[in-house]
Amino acid sequence: MKSFDYAAPTSLAEASALLAHANGQARILAGGTDLLVQLREHLREADLVVDVKRIPELMELSFTPEQGLRLGASVPCYRIYEHAEVSAAYPALAEAARIVGGWQIQSRASVGGNLCNSSPAGDTIAPLIALGASCTVVGPEGTRQVAAEEFCVSPGKNVLRRGELLSTIVFPPPAKSGGSAYERFIPRNEMDIAVAAAGSWVELDPSGKTIKNARVAITAVAPTPRFAAEASQWLAGKPATEETFAQAGELAKKVASPITDMRGTQEFRVHLVGVLTKRTLAKAVERARG
Amino acid sequence: MSKKIHVSTTVNGESVEFLCEARQSLLEVLRENLSLTGAKEGCNNGNCGACTVMLNGVPVNSCIVLAVEVEGAAIETVEGLACHGHLHPIQKCFLEGAALQCGVCTPGFLVTAKALLDKNPNPSEHDIRFNLANNLCRCTGYDKIVKAVQAAAAELQTR
Repeated sequence: MKSFDYAAPTSLAEASALLAHANGQARILAGGTDLLVQLREHLREADLVVDVKRIPELMELSFTPEQGLRLGASVPCYRIYEHAEVSAAYPALAEAARIVGGWQIQSRASVGGNLCNSSPAGDTIAPLIALGASCTVVGPEGTRQVAAEEFCVSPGKNVLRRGELLSTIVFPPPAKSGGSAYERFIPRNEMDIAVAAAGSWVELDPSGKTIKNARVAITAVAPTPRFAAEASQWLAGKPATEETFAQAGELAKKVASPITDMRGTQEFRVHLVGVLTKRTLAKAVERARG
Repeated sequence: MSKKIHVSTTVNGESVEFLCEARQSLLEVLRENLSLTGAKEGCNNGNCGACTVMLNGVPVNSCIVLAVEVEGAAIETVEGLACHGHLHPIQKCFLEGAALQCGVCTPGFLVTAKALLDKNPNPSEHDIRFNLANNLCRCTGYDKIVKAVQAAAAELQTR
Protein backbone atom coordinates (compact mmCIF):
# COMPACT_ATOMS: atom_id res chain seq x y z
CA MET A 1 0.00 0.00 0.00
CA LYS A 2 1.26 3.50 -0.83
CA SER A 3 2.02 5.87 2.06
CA PHE A 4 -0.67 8.20 3.34
CA ASP A 5 -1.33 10.36 6.38
CA TYR A 6 -3.79 9.20 9.00
CA ALA A 7 -6.11 11.17 11.24
CA ALA A 8 -8.68 9.98 13.75
CA PRO A 9 -10.85 13.01 14.57
CA THR A 10 -13.24 12.88 17.52
CA SER A 11 -15.88 15.31 16.26
CA LEU A 12 -17.89 15.84 13.08
CA ALA A 13 -16.59 19.40 12.72
CA GLU A 14 -12.99 18.24 12.96
CA ALA A 15 -13.60 15.44 10.43
CA SER A 16 -15.30 17.78 7.99
CA ALA A 17 -12.47 20.33 8.25
CA LEU A 18 -9.85 17.61 7.66
CA LEU A 19 -11.74 16.36 4.59
CA ALA A 20 -12.30 19.87 3.23
CA HIS A 21 -8.73 21.12 3.63
CA ALA A 22 -6.73 17.98 2.83
CA ASN A 23 -3.82 18.32 0.43
CA GLY A 24 -4.74 15.89 -2.32
CA GLN A 25 -7.18 13.04 -1.99
CA ALA A 26 -8.79 12.41 1.40
CA ARG A 27 -10.65 9.16 2.05
CA ILE A 28 -13.01 8.26 4.86
CA LEU A 29 -12.18 5.06 6.76
CA ALA A 30 -14.98 3.27 8.63
CA GLY A 31 -14.61 -0.54 8.68
CA GLY A 32 -12.02 -0.50 5.90
CA THR A 33 -13.35 -3.64 4.23
CA ASP A 34 -13.73 -1.83 0.92
CA LEU A 35 -11.29 1.09 1.26
CA LEU A 36 -8.20 -0.80 2.40
CA VAL A 37 -8.63 -3.41 -0.33
CA GLN A 38 -9.11 -0.65 -2.94
CA LEU A 39 -6.00 1.23 -1.73
CA ARG A 40 -3.88 -1.91 -1.75
CA GLU A 41 -5.05 -2.84 -5.24
CA HIS A 42 -4.65 0.78 -6.47
CA LEU A 43 -8.34 1.04 -7.33
CA ARG A 44 -8.51 4.19 -5.22
CA GLU A 45 -5.86 6.63 -4.06
CA ALA A 46 -5.44 8.38 -0.72
CA ASP A 47 -3.11 11.08 0.56
CA LEU A 48 -5.03 11.29 3.82
CA VAL A 49 -7.14 8.59 5.48
CA VAL A 50 -9.66 9.96 7.97
CA ASP A 51 -10.74 7.29 10.47
CA VAL A 52 -14.23 8.29 11.61
CA LYS A 53 -14.77 5.57 14.24
CA ARG A 54 -13.80 7.84 17.14
CA ILE A 55 -16.64 10.28 16.38
CA PRO A 56 -19.47 9.46 18.83
CA GLU A 57 -22.30 10.22 16.35
CA LEU A 58 -20.87 7.71 13.85
CA MET A 59 -20.84 4.90 16.43
CA GLU A 60 -24.35 5.58 17.77
CA LEU A 61 -26.97 2.84 17.64
CA SER A 62 -30.14 3.92 19.40
CA PHE A 63 -33.61 2.53 18.98
CA THR A 64 -37.00 3.13 20.53
CA PRO A 65 -40.32 1.95 19.05
CA GLU A 66 -41.54 5.57 19.17
CA GLN A 67 -38.48 7.30 17.66
CA GLY A 68 -37.21 4.58 15.37
CA LEU A 69 -33.57 3.79 14.73
CA ARG A 70 -30.58 6.11 14.57
CA LEU A 71 -27.69 4.22 13.06
CA GLY A 72 -24.24 5.84 13.10
CA ALA A 73 -22.55 5.54 9.73
CA SER A 74 -19.64 3.42 11.00
CA VAL A 75 -21.52 1.02 13.31
CA PRO A 76 -20.38 -2.47 12.27
CA CYS A 77 -22.97 -4.86 10.81
CA TYR A 78 -22.82 -7.38 13.67
CA ARG A 79 -24.17 -4.82 16.12
CA ILE A 80 -27.36 -4.65 14.07
CA TYR A 81 -28.19 -8.35 13.85
CA GLU A 82 -27.12 -8.97 17.45
CA HIS A 83 -29.60 -6.28 18.59
CA ALA A 84 -32.84 -8.22 19.16
CA GLU A 85 -35.18 -5.21 19.08
CA VAL A 86 -33.62 -3.69 15.97
CA SER A 87 -33.67 -7.06 14.18
CA ALA A 88 -37.34 -7.49 15.03
CA ALA A 89 -38.28 -3.95 13.99
CA TYR A 90 -36.26 -3.90 10.74
CA PRO A 91 -35.81 -7.53 9.62
CA ALA A 92 -34.76 -6.55 6.07
CA LEU A 93 -31.83 -4.59 7.50
CA ALA A 94 -30.77 -7.39 9.85
CA GLU A 95 -31.01 -9.96 7.04
CA ALA A 96 -28.72 -7.89 4.83
CA ALA A 97 -26.25 -7.10 7.65
CA ARG A 98 -25.87 -10.84 8.32
CA ILE A 99 -24.77 -11.62 4.75
CA VAL A 100 -22.37 -8.75 4.03
CA GLY A 101 -19.22 -10.84 3.49
CA GLY A 102 -18.48 -13.30 6.28
CA TRP A 103 -18.29 -12.88 10.05
CA GLN A 104 -14.88 -11.15 10.02
CA ILE A 105 -16.20 -8.63 7.50
CA GLN A 106 -19.38 -8.02 9.53
CA SER A 107 -17.21 -7.27 12.57
CA ARG A 108 -15.88 -4.20 10.77
CA ALA A 109 -18.04 -3.31 7.76
CA SER A 110 -20.79 -0.75 8.37
CA VAL A 111 -24.09 -0.01 6.65
CA GLY A 112 -22.93 3.59 6.19
CA GLY A 113 -19.74 2.37 4.54
CA ASN A 114 -21.72 0.01 2.31
CA LEU A 115 -23.84 2.97 1.20
CA CYS A 116 -20.85 5.31 0.70
CA ASN A 117 -18.98 2.66 -1.30
CA SER A 118 -22.03 2.98 -3.58
CA SER A 119 -21.71 -0.36 -5.32
CA PRO A 120 -24.83 -1.16 -7.37
CA ALA A 121 -24.87 -4.50 -5.49
CA GLY A 122 -24.39 -3.21 -1.90
CA ASP A 123 -26.48 -5.60 0.21
CA THR A 124 -27.71 -3.14 2.81
CA ILE A 125 -28.85 -0.48 0.34
CA ALA A 126 -32.11 -2.12 -0.79
CA PRO A 127 -33.27 -2.41 2.86
CA LEU A 128 -32.39 1.26 3.48
CA ILE A 129 -34.53 2.34 0.53
CA ALA A 130 -37.39 -0.05 1.34
CA LEU A 131 -37.43 1.03 4.99
CA GLY A 132 -37.56 4.71 4.01
CA ALA A 133 -34.22 5.60 5.64
CA SER A 134 -32.86 9.13 5.49
CA CYS A 135 -29.14 9.93 5.49
CA THR A 136 -27.71 12.77 7.58
CA VAL A 137 -24.82 14.36 5.71
CA VAL A 138 -22.55 16.79 7.56
CA GLY A 139 -20.23 19.22 5.80
CA PRO A 140 -18.64 22.65 5.84
CA GLU A 141 -21.95 24.26 4.92
CA GLY A 142 -23.97 22.49 7.57
CA THR A 143 -26.18 19.43 7.68
CA ARG A 144 -28.53 18.07 5.04
CA GLN A 145 -30.82 15.03 4.76
CA VAL A 146 -30.68 12.79 1.70
CA ALA A 147 -33.21 10.01 1.03
CA ALA A 148 -31.48 6.62 0.75
CA GLU A 149 -32.68 6.19 -2.87
CA GLU A 150 -31.06 9.52 -3.83
CA PHE A 151 -27.66 8.79 -2.26
CA CYS A 152 -25.87 6.82 -5.00
CA VAL A 153 -25.48 8.51 -8.38
CA SER A 154 -23.40 6.02 -10.41
CA PRO A 155 -21.27 2.93 -9.67
CA GLY A 156 -18.90 3.94 -6.83
CA LYS A 157 -20.15 7.53 -6.77
CA ASN A 158 -22.58 9.33 -4.46
CA VAL A 159 -23.89 12.75 -3.47
CA LEU A 160 -21.11 13.49 -0.94
CA ARG A 161 -19.24 16.70 -1.79
CA ARG A 162 -15.75 17.67 -0.70
CA GLY A 163 -15.66 18.06 3.07
CA GLU A 164 -18.89 16.13 3.59
CA LEU A 165 -19.38 12.86 5.42
CA LEU A 166 -22.31 10.61 6.18
CA SER A 167 -22.96 10.80 9.91
CA THR A 168 -26.19 8.95 10.66
CA ILE A 169 -28.85 6.88 8.93
CA VAL A 170 -32.28 7.59 10.38
CA PHE A 171 -35.07 4.98 10.11
CA PRO A 172 -38.72 5.85 10.71
CA PRO A 173 -40.34 4.11 13.68
CA PRO A 174 -41.63 0.64 12.74
CA ALA A 175 -45.29 0.62 11.63
CA LYS A 176 -47.71 -1.31 13.85
CA SER A 177 -48.70 -3.79 11.15
CA GLY A 178 -45.45 -3.50 9.24
CA GLY A 179 -42.95 -6.04 7.98
CA SER A 180 -39.90 -6.16 5.73
CA ALA A 181 -37.57 -8.62 4.03
CA TYR A 182 -34.40 -8.72 1.95
CA GLU A 183 -33.29 -11.48 -0.39
CA ARG A 184 -30.49 -11.77 -2.90
CA PHE A 185 -29.69 -14.41 -5.46
CA ILE A 186 -26.19 -15.87 -5.35
CA PRO A 187 -25.06 -19.24 -6.69
CA ARG A 188 -23.52 -20.22 -3.31
CA ASN A 189 -24.72 -20.22 0.30
CA GLU A 190 -22.74 -17.25 1.56
CA MET A 191 -19.77 -14.94 0.88
CA ASP A 192 -20.80 -13.73 -2.56
CA ILE A 193 -21.96 -10.64 -4.41
CA ALA A 194 -25.61 -10.41 -5.39
CA VAL A 195 -26.55 -11.30 -8.96
CA ALA A 196 -29.80 -9.49 -8.19
CA ALA A 197 -31.51 -8.52 -4.94
CA ALA A 198 -34.72 -7.02 -3.61
CA GLY A 199 -35.87 -5.45 -0.37
CA SER A 200 -39.53 -4.91 0.45
CA TRP A 201 -41.44 -3.18 3.22
CA VAL A 202 -45.20 -3.31 3.72
CA GLU A 203 -47.74 -1.87 6.10
CA LEU A 204 -51.09 -3.68 6.28
CA ASP A 205 -54.47 -2.26 7.19
CA PRO A 206 -56.04 -3.46 10.50
CA SER A 207 -57.75 -6.43 8.77
CA GLY A 208 -54.32 -7.76 7.77
CA LYS A 209 -55.72 -8.49 4.32
CA THR A 210 -54.98 -5.29 2.45
CA ILE A 211 -51.71 -3.48 1.82
CA LYS A 212 -51.86 0.09 3.10
CA ASN A 213 -48.37 1.15 2.07
CA ALA A 214 -45.39 -0.53 0.47
CA ARG A 215 -41.87 0.22 -0.68
CA VAL A 216 -39.84 -2.02 -2.98
CA ALA A 217 -36.16 -1.55 -3.82
CA ILE A 218 -33.98 -3.58 -6.17
CA THR A 219 -30.19 -3.78 -6.43
CA ALA A 220 -27.45 -5.22 -8.64
CA VAL A 221 -29.69 -4.65 -11.66
CA ALA A 222 -28.85 -1.03 -12.57
CA PRO A 223 -25.93 1.42 -12.23
CA THR A 224 -27.37 2.42 -8.85
CA PRO A 225 -29.74 0.81 -6.33
CA ARG A 226 -33.29 1.52 -7.48
CA PHE A 227 -36.50 2.46 -5.70
CA ALA A 228 -39.33 0.74 -7.60
CA ALA A 229 -41.68 3.73 -7.27
CA GLU A 230 -44.41 2.53 -9.63
CA ALA A 231 -44.59 -0.93 -8.05
CA SER A 232 -44.62 0.60 -4.57
CA GLN A 233 -47.43 3.06 -5.33
CA TRP A 234 -49.46 0.43 -7.17
CA LEU A 235 -49.35 -1.87 -4.12
CA ALA A 236 -51.20 0.61 -1.87
CA GLY A 237 -54.79 -0.58 -1.40
CA LYS A 238 -54.23 -3.96 -3.08
CA PRO A 239 -55.12 -7.29 -1.44
CA ALA A 240 -52.07 -8.99 0.13
CA THR A 241 -52.12 -12.03 -2.16
CA GLU A 242 -49.58 -13.97 -4.22
CA GLU A 243 -51.17 -12.54 -7.34
CA THR A 244 -50.59 -8.99 -6.14
CA PHE A 245 -46.96 -9.79 -5.21
CA ALA A 246 -46.35 -11.28 -8.67
CA GLN A 247 -47.87 -8.24 -10.37
CA ALA A 248 -45.68 -5.92 -8.29
CA GLY A 249 -42.70 -8.00 -9.41
CA GLU A 250 -43.64 -7.33 -13.03
CA LEU A 251 -43.80 -3.57 -12.32
CA ALA A 252 -40.46 -3.64 -10.45
CA LYS A 253 -38.84 -5.22 -13.52
CA LYS A 254 -39.51 -1.95 -15.38
CA VAL A 255 -36.83 -0.07 -13.37
CA ALA A 256 -34.19 -2.79 -13.85
CA SER A 257 -31.55 -2.05 -16.51
CA PRO A 258 -28.91 -4.67 -15.75
CA ILE A 259 -25.74 -5.58 -17.58
CA THR A 260 -24.65 -9.04 -18.65
CA ASP A 261 -21.49 -10.15 -16.86
CA MET A 262 -19.90 -13.27 -15.36
CA ARG A 263 -22.53 -13.32 -12.60
CA GLY A 264 -25.54 -13.44 -14.85
CA THR A 265 -27.17 -12.28 -18.06
CA GLN A 266 -29.38 -9.25 -18.44
CA GLU A 267 -32.39 -11.47 -19.10
CA PHE A 268 -31.76 -13.66 -16.03
CA ARG A 269 -31.32 -10.64 -13.77
CA VAL A 270 -34.59 -9.08 -14.92
CA HIS A 271 -36.31 -12.41 -14.29
CA LEU A 272 -34.78 -12.49 -10.78
CA VAL A 273 -36.19 -9.04 -10.00
CA GLY A 274 -39.69 -10.43 -10.49
CA VAL A 275 -39.02 -13.51 -8.38
CA LEU A 276 -37.24 -11.70 -5.54
CA THR A 277 -39.78 -8.88 -5.39
CA LYS A 278 -42.58 -11.43 -5.11
CA ARG A 279 -40.77 -13.44 -2.43
CA THR A 280 -39.73 -10.48 -0.30
CA LEU A 281 -43.25 -9.02 -0.44
CA ALA A 282 -44.70 -12.36 0.67
CA LYS A 283 -42.21 -12.59 3.52
CA ALA A 284 -42.76 -8.96 4.55
CA VAL A 285 -46.54 -9.52 4.65
CA GLU A 286 -46.12 -12.69 6.69
CA ARG A 287 -43.99 -10.73 9.19
CA ALA A 288 -46.47 -7.84 9.24
CA ARG A 289 -49.18 -10.30 10.25
CA GLY A 290 -46.89 -11.44 13.11
CA MET B 1 9.62 7.58 4.14
CA SER B 2 6.47 8.37 5.98
CA LYS B 3 6.61 9.34 9.62
CA LYS B 4 6.05 6.62 12.19
CA ILE B 5 3.12 6.63 14.57
CA HIS B 6 3.25 5.37 18.15
CA VAL B 7 0.53 2.87 19.07
CA SER B 8 -0.29 1.40 22.50
CA THR B 9 -2.44 -1.70 22.59
CA THR B 10 -2.98 -5.01 24.38
CA VAL B 11 -2.05 -8.29 22.73
CA ASN B 12 -3.05 -11.55 24.44
CA GLY B 13 -3.46 -9.69 27.73
CA GLU B 14 -0.09 -7.94 27.66
CA SER B 15 0.46 -4.23 27.08
CA VAL B 16 2.35 -3.66 23.85
CA GLU B 17 3.71 -0.54 22.18
CA PHE B 18 4.98 -0.23 18.65
CA LEU B 19 5.86 2.28 15.95
CA CYS B 20 4.32 1.88 12.52
CA GLU B 21 3.51 3.69 9.32
CA ALA B 22 -0.15 4.59 8.69
CA ARG B 23 -0.25 2.30 5.65
CA GLN B 24 0.85 -0.83 7.57
CA SER B 25 -1.75 -3.47 8.32
CA LEU B 26 -2.26 -4.97 11.74
CA LEU B 27 -1.18 -8.31 10.23
CA GLU B 28 2.11 -6.84 9.04
CA VAL B 29 2.86 -5.33 12.46
CA LEU B 30 1.87 -8.48 14.37
CA ARG B 31 4.17 -10.62 12.23
CA GLU B 32 7.06 -8.25 11.59
CA ASN B 33 7.24 -5.90 14.58
CA LEU B 34 5.85 -8.16 17.30
CA SER B 35 7.10 -11.52 15.92
CA LEU B 36 3.66 -13.08 16.31
CA THR B 37 3.70 -15.15 13.13
CA GLY B 38 0.66 -17.30 13.94
CA ALA B 39 -1.70 -15.15 11.87
CA LYS B 40 -0.92 -15.87 8.22
CA GLU B 41 -1.00 -13.77 5.09
CA GLY B 42 -3.18 -15.68 2.63
CA CYS B 43 -4.98 -13.43 0.18
CA ASN B 44 -4.16 -10.07 1.83
CA ASN B 45 -7.55 -8.71 0.77
CA GLY B 46 -10.04 -9.92 3.36
CA ASN B 47 -11.29 -13.04 1.60
CA CYS B 48 -9.49 -16.02 3.10
CA GLY B 49 -9.47 -15.46 6.88
CA ALA B 50 -5.96 -16.90 7.46
CA CYS B 51 -5.05 -13.67 9.27
CA THR B 52 -8.04 -13.75 11.65
CA VAL B 53 -7.47 -12.25 15.10
CA MET B 54 -9.88 -11.03 17.77
CA LEU B 55 -10.17 -7.23 17.97
CA ASN B 56 -12.11 -6.02 21.01
CA GLY B 57 -13.89 -9.37 21.23
CA VAL B 58 -14.87 -9.85 17.59
CA PRO B 59 -13.06 -11.74 14.82
CA VAL B 60 -11.50 -9.57 12.10
CA ASN B 61 -9.23 -10.04 9.10
CA SER B 62 -6.05 -8.37 10.37
CA CYS B 63 -4.88 -7.78 6.78
CA ILE B 64 -7.62 -5.17 6.34
CA VAL B 65 -7.17 -3.42 9.68
CA LEU B 66 -4.63 -0.60 9.86
CA ALA B 67 -2.21 -1.05 12.75
CA VAL B 68 -2.80 2.59 13.77
CA GLU B 69 -6.49 1.81 14.26
CA VAL B 70 -5.81 -0.50 17.23
CA GLU B 71 -4.68 2.28 19.59
CA GLY B 72 -6.24 1.38 22.94
CA ALA B 73 -7.76 -1.87 21.65
CA ALA B 74 -7.50 -5.44 22.93
CA ILE B 75 -6.18 -8.01 20.46
CA GLU B 76 -6.09 -11.78 20.84
CA THR B 77 -4.14 -13.92 18.42
CA VAL B 78 -3.82 -17.66 17.94
CA GLU B 79 -0.72 -17.53 20.16
CA GLY B 80 -3.04 -16.74 23.07
CA LEU B 81 -5.07 -19.95 22.70
CA ALA B 82 -2.72 -22.47 24.34
CA CYS B 83 -2.25 -22.00 28.07
CA HIS B 84 1.05 -22.83 29.86
CA GLY B 85 2.08 -25.22 27.13
CA HIS B 86 -1.28 -26.99 27.02
CA LEU B 87 -3.19 -26.86 23.77
CA HIS B 88 -6.71 -25.43 23.83
CA PRO B 89 -9.35 -28.16 23.26
CA ILE B 90 -10.06 -26.69 19.81
CA GLN B 91 -6.38 -27.07 18.88
CA LYS B 92 -6.32 -30.60 20.28
CA CYS B 93 -9.42 -31.60 18.31
CA PHE B 94 -7.96 -30.16 15.07
CA LEU B 95 -4.84 -32.26 15.63
CA GLU B 96 -6.63 -35.44 16.63
CA GLY B 97 -9.19 -35.09 13.84
CA ALA B 98 -6.52 -34.28 11.23
CA ALA B 99 -8.49 -31.15 10.39
CA LEU B 100 -5.56 -29.69 8.48
CA GLN B 101 -3.14 -30.52 5.74
CA CYS B 102 -0.83 -27.66 4.76
CA GLY B 103 -1.85 -25.70 7.86
CA VAL B 104 -1.77 -22.17 6.46
CA CYS B 105 -5.47 -21.60 7.12
CA THR B 106 -5.45 -23.33 10.52
CA PRO B 107 -4.64 -20.35 12.81
CA GLY B 108 -7.53 -18.42 11.30
CA PHE B 109 -9.92 -21.36 11.69
CA LEU B 110 -8.85 -21.82 15.32
CA VAL B 111 -9.47 -18.17 16.20
CA THR B 112 -12.86 -18.04 14.45
CA ALA B 113 -13.91 -21.42 15.89
CA LYS B 114 -13.04 -20.21 19.41
CA ALA B 115 -15.06 -17.03 18.82
CA LEU B 116 -18.01 -19.16 17.70
CA LEU B 117 -17.86 -21.55 20.65
CA ASP B 118 -17.53 -18.64 23.11
CA LYS B 119 -20.73 -17.18 21.65
CA ASN B 120 -22.59 -20.40 20.91
CA PRO B 121 -21.30 -23.42 22.89
CA ASN B 122 -23.57 -25.85 21.05
CA PRO B 123 -23.59 -24.86 17.37
CA SER B 124 -25.34 -26.91 14.68
CA GLU B 125 -23.40 -28.02 11.62
CA HIS B 126 -25.08 -25.18 9.73
CA ASP B 127 -23.98 -22.65 12.39
CA ILE B 128 -20.39 -23.88 12.10
CA ARG B 129 -20.34 -23.77 8.31
CA PHE B 130 -22.04 -20.34 8.20
CA ASN B 131 -19.77 -18.73 10.80
CA LEU B 132 -16.59 -20.22 9.34
CA ALA B 133 -17.51 -19.11 5.81
CA ASN B 134 -14.92 -16.30 5.89
CA ASN B 135 -12.16 -18.90 6.45
CA LEU B 136 -11.06 -20.69 3.31
CA CYS B 137 -9.25 -24.03 3.21
CA ARG B 138 -8.01 -25.50 -0.07
CA CYS B 139 -6.87 -28.85 1.38
CA THR B 140 -9.38 -30.49 3.69
CA GLY B 141 -12.72 -30.04 1.96
CA TYR B 142 -13.97 -28.64 5.31
CA ASP B 143 -15.65 -31.81 6.66
CA LYS B 144 -12.83 -32.61 9.07
CA ILE B 145 -12.75 -29.00 10.23
CA VAL B 146 -16.48 -29.03 10.96
CA LYS B 147 -16.11 -32.34 12.83
CA ALA B 148 -13.17 -30.99 14.85
CA VAL B 149 -15.22 -27.96 15.91
CA GLN B 150 -18.11 -30.27 16.88
CA ALA B 151 -15.72 -32.45 18.90
CA ALA B 152 -14.26 -29.38 20.64
CA ALA B 153 -17.76 -28.13 21.45
CA ALA B 154 -18.59 -31.51 23.01
CA GLU B 155 -15.36 -31.55 25.01
CA LEU B 156 -15.81 -27.98 26.25
CA GLN B 157 -19.36 -28.81 27.35
CA THR B 158 -18.19 -31.67 29.58
CA ARG B 159 -15.96 -29.30 31.55
